[in-house]
Amino acid sequence: MIRVLVRHEPIDPAAEFAALQASGVGGIATFLGVVRADDGVTTLELEHYPGGTEAALRRLVGEAVARWGLAAAAIVHRVGLMGPGDLVVFVGTAAAHRAAALESCAYLIDRLKTDAPFWKRETRGAEARWVEARETDSTAAARWQDS
Amino acid sequence: MPVDLLYFSWVREAIGMGGETLELPGDLVTVSDLIDWLAMRSEGHARAFAERARLRAAVDQVFVGLDAPLGRPHEVAIFPPVTGG
Repeated sequence: MIRVLVRHEPIDPAAEFAALQASGVGGIATFLGVVRADDGVTTLELEHYPGGTEAALRRLVGEAVARWGLAAAAIVHRVGLMGPGDLVVFVGTAAAHRAAALESCAYLIDRLKTDAPFWKRETRGAEARWVEARETDSTAAARWQDS
Repeated sequence: MPVDLLYFSWVREAIGMGGETLELPGDLVTVSDLIDWLAMRSEGHARAFAERARLRAAVDQVFVGLDAPLGRPHEVAIFPPVTGG
């Protein structure tokens, strides 16, 4: 199973997990990204590139499935307006063994951060600003190139 | 053939629209050439494209460097570094 979805509606992590579990293999890894509630952000708005986003995510998932021999993989990313505590992204991978599941899950979220066209806009009270890309994200994505 | 140009995030805001469809001159070789040409269209375009180091692009939905050949695309998107996840 390969599932790539960009949606405005809240993410249901239990349903996403169940879909991975249905693959029947022995290892599942998941990453959930959450709107942080610890630095005064009142709302987070996510813009994306319709069509281009799905194409980028499908490419990443395809690479991960080929590289780690995954039985199933899912990326579900929310867009639009969110609040602190809301789920932004669900990444899940299923493989016969834990190393493949864990590594491929880390790979997908690292690469998503630099290779998928999403843009975050944070509001703190009356002040809104576009979030700047971070150098640490580029470093995290680059580590997968050599191994 | 007309090309769909798409703008996102603060590039979209500076230009004042999410996209436009334009007939491109034949002498644009790279993505950077296209940005140079677009920058002349309005003050908003010029402002959006002033800092090249802060721009990224996708040609027909594939991320490319600004020095990449433009080819004969259907769709070119220009945007800031991405911040999803």
